[in-house]
This record gives sequence, structure tokens and C-alpha cells, in this order.
Amino acid sequence: MKTICINCPMGCPLDITEEDGKVVVRGYTCKRGLEYGISEYTAPVRTVTTLIRTADGGVVPVKTSAPVPKDRMFDVLQRARELVAPSDADIGLVVDKDVLGLHSDIVVTGRPLPHAVNR
Amino acid sequence: MTKYDVLVIGGGPAGMAAALAAHEKGAKVLLLERDVRLGGILNQCIHAGFGLHYFGEELTGPEYADRFEKKLAKTDVKVILNAMALAVGADGDVTVLSPEEGLVHLKAGAVVLAMGCRERTAGAIALAGTRPAGIYTAGMAQKMCNIEGYLVGRRIVILGSGDIGLIMARRMTLEGAHVERVIELMPYSGGLKRNIVQCLEDFGIPIDYSHTVTRVVGKPRMEGLYYAPVDEHRKPVLSEEKFIPCDCLLLSVGLIPENDILNGSGVEMSRVTSGAEVDENRMTSVPGIFSCGNVLHVHDLVDNVSHEAEIAGAAAASYALKGAPETDGGVFGVNVGKGVRYALPQRVHGGGGNVEIFFRTDNVYKNCKVVAECGGRVLYSKKRMIVAPGEMEKIALDRSALDGDVTVRLEI
Repeated sequence: MKTICINCPMGCPLDITEEDGKVVVRGYTCKRGLEYGISEYTAPVRTVTTLIRTADGGVVPVKTSAPVPKDRMFDVLQRARELVAPSDADIGLVVDKDVLGLHSDIVVTGRPLPHAVNR
Repeated sequence: MTKYDVLVIGGGPAGMAAALAAHEKGAKVLLLERDVRLGGILNQCIHAGFGLHYFGEELTGPEYADRFEKKLAKTDVKVILNAMALAVGADGDVTVLSPEEGLVHLKAGAVVLAMGCRERTAGAIALAGTRPAGIYTAGMAQKMCNIEGYLVGRRIVILGSGDIGLIMARRMTLEGAHVERVIELMPYSGGLKRNIVQCLEDFGIPIDYSHTVTRVVGKPRMEGLYYAPVDEHRKPVLSEEKFIPCDCLLLSVGLIPENDILNGSGVEMSRVTSGAEVDENRMTSVPGIFSCGNVLHVHDLVDNVSHEAEIAGAAAASYALKGAPETDGGVFGVNVGKGVRYALPQRVHGGGGNVEIFFRTDNVYKNCKVVAECGGRVLYSKKRMIVAPGEMEKIALDRSALDGDVTVRLEI
């Protein structure tokens, strides 16, 4: 697997392979690059942010409270599309606990736009 | 209307932090915001990645804004929403239009400018071709998606790989659109590495460096566009033009500090940053007028905006309450040399304590040295593995060591 280290502007090009059951990272300059390479190869995770509908037809931003496996991002998005937040949802409201059993909640991160302006 | 010590124009991250800092110094503060709520552009930046430096945790934009809003709510800082500052006069009076107050001229002890940026448009880059529906600046598309709930296109091309363009490539993908590719005029991205990986690589979105859009096709709706590689003078090589069918072009081609209301103020502007020229307190050439955040120079991290705004807000309060600080050490210019596009503040008072100089380089340089000199003496010299225009650099200088103008440059 090839990727770029994200820890600093250097952006070391990483080449990560598995040799004799061991993860081998090539191309890194510092320890952070090595650690990043291993985690990206073995268990890459991402925080997902998206929008969900509110009861009155608006939208409100949400995030996963903890990063989820990268290859489950689109499953989380699909689940988020089924959710509806109350129209007065506030920051911190949990709209889906332990989403898809991934040990992460879908949490509201913003407030819907005040009504008179949006609709 | 009540008399205020400090008037802050703009209720985004800079304005909120400046208002809080001024309040903490004992000033009576008025904060003007033209939108229906505080937070500015943070409200539409629903992705995570804010606050790692300032709060030590990763927040989304609205959450970052909310931290400051909640602090403001506990103070007597007067906030007027829907209030548009129309002009700043030479004597520092501010003309404001709002439903709450009508048209008023406000005069405070000090003014903090925190109006942020606007985006460069299709017109600003002289985009060739038709003018169909489907061309948006990236920030506009972000607002329509994240706040209003509209997806502006289904097959999308993004011109420019600044952070907003990269973030929007991911946003549009997550919301179900197909991002065909990102096209970047320069041989490198103006965005953070993190965004190249997590916004493009994660979704297999290709990026073409040293390419540009040559013309847009379609009327009344966009049908596609032509793009081509550019030569060493950044001129498109039309013989290699290619067509991409798409219904949407997002432009992430730069930000312009929104300083129009200063036209009659006499504030001296930098031709490089398009913001005011300031001293270490972020005071402009007009005493009592301060500037901070993206209206002063474009930042890449909001955390830096908050810190800068706190400097400006605290200094504005001090100016309003105690008058101009006494300066016995003289005023020195901060100039730039080889490899540095601009440095800020543009002038520094002598005296005691450290001063942080922020600067941007004019290209990507590896294994270079950052040097600051004053009258032939080296004040700072340190190796950097890499510097890039997309990542703001900073150095700290001891002000007591200054006896003349400072030059910040790279040894390449």
C-alpha cells in the first residue's frame, strides 16, 4: 500500500507492505511517520461528518463521536440518512448510540438555521 | 446609544476572540455581525479538525464557534446581529446599518476589524467559456450544502486545491455526488497534507497538478469543461486540451480579505496580503484601529486566528482605556528577503519581551534555513526540513535585540 504521511508538511511518501507476518513501512523520516504507516495499514480510522434531516425539513450537522473504521464510512453515512433530529436539536445531542455497533455515537455538532431565514 | 470602549466588526472566530479578550481587559465591548448568528464561516465548516492547538481536541467548525459563543454569553459584551458595517471613517467612526438600530454612526475608543475574507470568483480568474448554472465558489457550495441542505451538482470538477477545495471534494462525495477530479494550476497543492490524503486519496479522487480549466461548456446548464496542462509560464497547452462531462465546477482559487469598508479610513494596506499593515499589537497605521484574522491575512488554521485576535482585542482594550502604549525602543520594519512572500506584523516596536513573526514562503523548499537578521546580525537561524506556501511559519524574536529593521529570509 502506498500513501502520504499526514503528520507534517514534508508529506513523506510511504510504501507499506507485509513481510513474514510483519508490517514494514518504507519512506518515512521520523517515528511519527512509522506509527502512522502502521496504523493506516492495519486499522485506518476516520471521523465521519455529515448532515441529517431535522423534523421540519432542515438540516443539522453531525459527527461520529469516535473515529470509525475507514471501510465502514459509507455504511455510517447510509445509517445517518435514516435519522431525523428534532428541529430544535442542540450541539451534543446523541441521535444514534453505538452506530452499527462501531463503538461510536452519531452526535449533533451544530444548530439548524433559525426558521424565518431558511424556510 | 451606549458608548463603547471597543467596537468589533465581524462575529466569526476572529471577532469573537477579540471581543472576549477586550472584555477580559475590562473594556465595554460591542460586537457587530452581519449574519443572523455568530460563528461566521465556522458554521458551514462541519468537518472535524479545528481546535487541535487551541483546545487540545479535534472539533468541527460549529463546535469550535460554540465554545466562544458560550463564553461570550457569560459576559456583558453587546452583540448586534444582522448589522452591516458600511464604512470606517478617518477618525475611526463606523457607519452601521441594522434593523435594531437603523443607520447609525458609532464612535468607540478603539475598533477591531474582523470581517474575514470573501472568495475569488469565476470573474476574478477570467474563466473562459459560457456562464451556465453550475459554477460556484467552493465556500458558496459549502454553505448551500451544509447550512441550506442543497447539493449543487452530481458530477463535479474542482479547480484549485486549497483547503476549501479539498474539503469540498470530500463533502460532495460523502453526500452522494461524484467528484471527477481536482485541477490545480500550480505544481503543488496549497492545502494541508492531511486534506490531500483524507479528502482525495481516501476516495480515489484524482488531482492534476500544473493543469487548468480552459473553458466551460453549456447553456443554460453546465454540460462539461475543457482542461489542459500548463507550461512553465502557467499558460495552457491547448493542443493537449481534454473534455470532462460534468454539471458543476467548484472554484477554490483564493481568498480576498474583505477590507472594502476601509476605503475612506486612511488605513495603509499591504499589496501582498491585501490586509492592513500592522504592528505587533495588530494596530494599523491609524491609531486605535486594529485588525486580526483573515481580514488581516489568510490563515490556514482557525486556532491561529483565535490567538491573533486575542492579541488585537487585548491591545484595543488597552488603547481605549489607557491610550497608546509608551514606546521608548523605536519602531522597526519587518522586511522579507529571498523565499519569503510576506511577514507579519510589518513593523515591531523595540523594548522587552518576545515577538512572534508569522510568514509565508513563496514556494516549496526542502532542507532550507530560516534566517532573521537585524543590521547584519543574525537574530534567528534554524533549519527546516520543509516549508510550503500553504503552511504558515512562525519565529520568535527578542525585541530587546532590535536596533533597526528586521529581514526574514530563507537560505536555500
